[in-house]
Amino acid sequence: MPPGSRKVNDLSWMIGGPQGSGVDSAANAFARGCAHGGLNIFGKREYYSNIMGEHSYFAVRATTGTVRSHVDVVNILASFDAETVFRHARDVSDDGAIIYDPSLGSTKVADVPTIDRRASSDLRAYLNGRGLGETVNDMLTAAKQRGIALVPVPFHDLLEQVAEEFKVDQLSKIARMINMLAVGASFGALRFDFGMLEKALEDVFRAKAAVVRMNAAGARRAYDLAATLEPDFRYRLEHVPGQPPKLFLSGSQATALGKLYGGLRFQTYYPITPASDESEYLEANEILDVDARSLPPETSDSTFAKEKGASILVVQTEDEIAAVTMATGAALTGARSATATSGPGFSLMMEGIGWASINEVPVVITLYQRAGPSTGMPTRHEQGDLRFALHAGHGDSPRILLASGDFEECIRDGFRSLNFAERYQMPVIHLVDKALANNSGTIPLPRLSDLRIDRGNLVPDGHAYSEESPYKRFDFDKGPMSPRAVIGTENTIFWNTGDEHDELGHITEDVVLRNKMMEKRDAKLQLAGREIPDDEKINYFGPRDAETVIVSWGSTKGAILDALDRLWAAKQKIGFLQIRLISPFPTSAVAGVLEKAETRVDVEMNYSAQLAGIVREQTGIAMTHTIVKYNGRPMSSSELFDALTAVHLGKAEPRTVLTHGA
Amino acid sequence: MVLEHAMKPQDFATEVHNDWCPGCGDFGILRTIQMALAELRLEPHRVALVSGIGCSAKTIHYVRTYGVHTLHGRALPFATGIKLANPNLKVLCVSGDGDGLGIGGGHFVNAGRRNLDMLYVIHDNGVYGLTKGQAAPTLKLGVQTKSLAHPNINDAVNPIWLALAAGATWVARGYSYDVKHLRDLIVQGIQHKGYAFLDVLQPCPTYNDINTKEWYGGEDRKEMNAGRALPRVYKMEDEDFDPVVRDASEIENKATQALEKALEWGDRIPIGVFYRNGLVPTYEERIQQRIPAYFEKPPSLQRIAGPHGEPLTDLTKLVNRLTIRPT
Repeated sequence: MPPGSRKVNDLSWMIGGPQGSGVDSAANAFARGCAHGGLNIFGKREYYSNIMGEHSYFAVRATTGTVRSHVDVVNILASFDAETVFRHARDVSDDGAIIYDPSLGSTKVADVPTIDRRASSDLRAYLNGRGLGETVNDMLTAAKQRGIALVPVPFHDLLEQVAEEFKVDQLSKIARMINMLAVGASFGALRFDFGMLEKALEDVFRAKAAVVRMNAAGARRAYDLAATLEPDFRYRLEHVPGQPPKLFLSGSQATALGKLYGGLRFQTYYPITPASDESEYLEANEILDVDARSLPPETSDSTFAKEKGASILVVQTEDEIAAVTMATGAALTGARSATATSGPGFSLMMEGIGWASINEVPVVITLYQRAGPSTGMPTRHEQGDLRFALHAGHGDSPRILLASGDFEECIRDGFRSLNFAERYQMPVIHLVDKALANNSGTIPLPRLSDLRIDRGNLVPDGHAYSEESPYKRFDFDKGPMSPRAVIGTENTIFWNTGDEHDELGHITEDVVLRNKMMEKRDAKLQLAGREIPDDEKINYFGPRDAETVIVSWGSTKGAILDALDRLWAAKQKIGFLQIRLISPFPTSAVAGVLEKAETRVDVEMNYSAQLAGIVREQTGIAMTHTIVKYNGRPMSSSELFDALTAVHLGKAEPRTVLTHGA
Repeated sequence: MVLEHAMKPQDFATEVHNDWCPGCGDFGILRTIQMALAELRLEPHRVALVSGIGCSAKTIHYVRTYGVHTLHGRALPFATGIKLANPNLKVLCVSGDGDGLGIGGGHFVNAGRRNLDMLYVIHDNGVYGLTKGQAAPTLKLGVQTKSLAHPNINDAVNPIWLALAAGATWVARGYSYDVKHLRDLIVQGIQHKGYAFLDVLQPCPTYNDINTKEWYGGEDRKEMNAGRALPRVYKMEDEDFDPVVRDASEIENKATQALEKALEWGDRIPIGVFYRNGLVPTYEERIQQRIPAYFEKPPSLQRIAGPHGEPLTDLTKLVNRLTIRPT
């Protein structure tokens, strides 16, 4: 192959396998290897609600440019089971490659019990339509007919060689390594610097040097084999030297970091996918270091010395009702408190959120959306809880609602959620989702030096309250955010009740007080709307005079921006309005952008285009087009590119449903 | 955190109008809480009183400490959050039997697993008073109180059994008309290091016309007792009942004895302490095993920002672990 037609450093790679077989760690090693070689990474993780045996896969993109989403096409499919070949071979590009286990060639579609009836009949129709049989070999034949390179890796033989080299008595003890062999073969076909994979293996297996050596030896054999079998493979990865350090993280970790930096000291959770990862990460890192540079020397030396005192307490509760109420109780004592959950758990929190709202308690709920309704698809993606979070609970209960679109926003929003909660003395719901939570990628080291903690109107030490001049928690004269005392502060006894209450916090059903309290609570939300700057409410990308404007929120941001990069390269004038603050709704900022646009395209990962409805309700402006997806798999930038192109050419229906994914 | 000077129960009273029915058993509980707080000389701002929903829940508005009137069934998790975020506070929690054992039953069980250092008091009257007298979890099978259309079709839960099964380390029962005895129990429950559960027989004069003050007091049994009332309620300590676990080897016997005692009902209803085990580490102590500075720097007492809002959390260690430095 002439070098000119090579595709260097722009790759879509996928690995699949049964759950429990190390698909995630293999993808982690692949991605880290690429990142060590100076490439940027975006990884998409897909898995079933299952412990072991069902099909999972991980798609990784590696480029020198910016990458924020996955694409539908796969350039290398790394497999070591039959199901991965069956499920994904059709997504491999004609110039791509499939790494597979030749001993599985005769496995039939019907032999794989985890391929369900619908998928199975679809596969058979595909193969029969080409006059082929129903085995892995038939699937590979169809691929070969398209020009795809087939890379057979005899995993069993390679494992035996490794066992002999390292004097391992039973092959079963190292059978797990098969995943890293698939990674090794991928790097071999790509001719990527093997040293990068060794570094990645050190990351993945941390201190276990013997495990690193053995996996590296196995991967090396697979590497050499693939390099020999496919000397002319079109795709290449090349080491890009001199790249700056990057963060490689998931959205769960990003959100946790933001919350910790924002002073979170108490977090509750009940186990639920995909929200638990955040809490588990926090719990694993519960002892915190203190940066005492801003403190006067005397305090930093004694009280706040490193490793002395700072920690976060993470409590696993008996249910999500306890999770939200326990966090609220903790918030009453002055600790910055939060809980993290997903749809079903969030459903249980409604009454607690209402209580926090009427009692003006700063508590943060991080909502990791997943496909609903009910249990829905527990491990699959959706942005279906926008309207629910906006109205969660009975009565009019002010809350702040914000949504993150990428890893860096997860950090910053995790931080500012805690600020908003305390400044405006109300619950804050921070929307993230399964895609953000489980996807991972490299981002530049974020600059957070502008972030400041704002505790709002907090009763200070040395306050002037006394028996003669008693403290009133809901003081109208000092509102709408009345001075907030925390439990344990002398001369600030207060009462809370979920009933309507007077300024002291005692029950009232008085008509005048009721109105004043309702108005006081709402005034805080209105004030938040005035105080929060526009550039923290919305992001706008692209030309200001664009005739076509995309409107979206949350994790679709990555796919939209990656699709726009291609559209902008084709000189198309399209803008993108990302709405980050949903409550209070940035009506004038949104209307200001949309009024000028002739074509308004709503993009969302839910059935009913929830944001489009909210925009219309708040601004009176209707969308001309909606592009939605609700099959549980995040939008790819490629399918979005196609859909946006159709809109731009005037060939799209008012509603487009995206359907890609496996 | 204990005051030097003597305090009176009245020091813990508020000016809020009390709207319980005349003769309500809740008055006895309110009074004894105020008496116990005064006796222990607790500073009001170091005490949080947490309640759920119902008549019992209004208690907190009548006591001059931090009062947190929460949601139906959720007093315990709110109280748990307060206590965990600041273990230096004294936390008391009050519920009704519907509140604590019906809608809040899950929290009741899980509070036992934790052994948090706090007292939980259930106002036990067998009915949902504030919603006009429906059957509550401690009403016996077949009993028909006055607002029920039919005799109760559910059997009663035994709060003492449930508390023991859940793991409460101090389990007692009081009677709201024996004020001195109840005050002593509340004092003991507050002083117990661990999760203390106190079931208080608290007649509802409006809706429970079966388990009334007169019934507990045995007014209906005068004929059997030469014209004097023959109370059903008796004190276990008067019969030398010893509930205290002094060594781990005694747990089985003391728990079995408590369960057996808690089966008594009808003609003889025991009050007093069923079980006391101070050997179990509290939840706070278990946390301290993981977070050594927990008691000195619990979540609520950590400084999180510098003088101009500078975040004090140093993320360097965590960020380093997530950083890749390309070769």
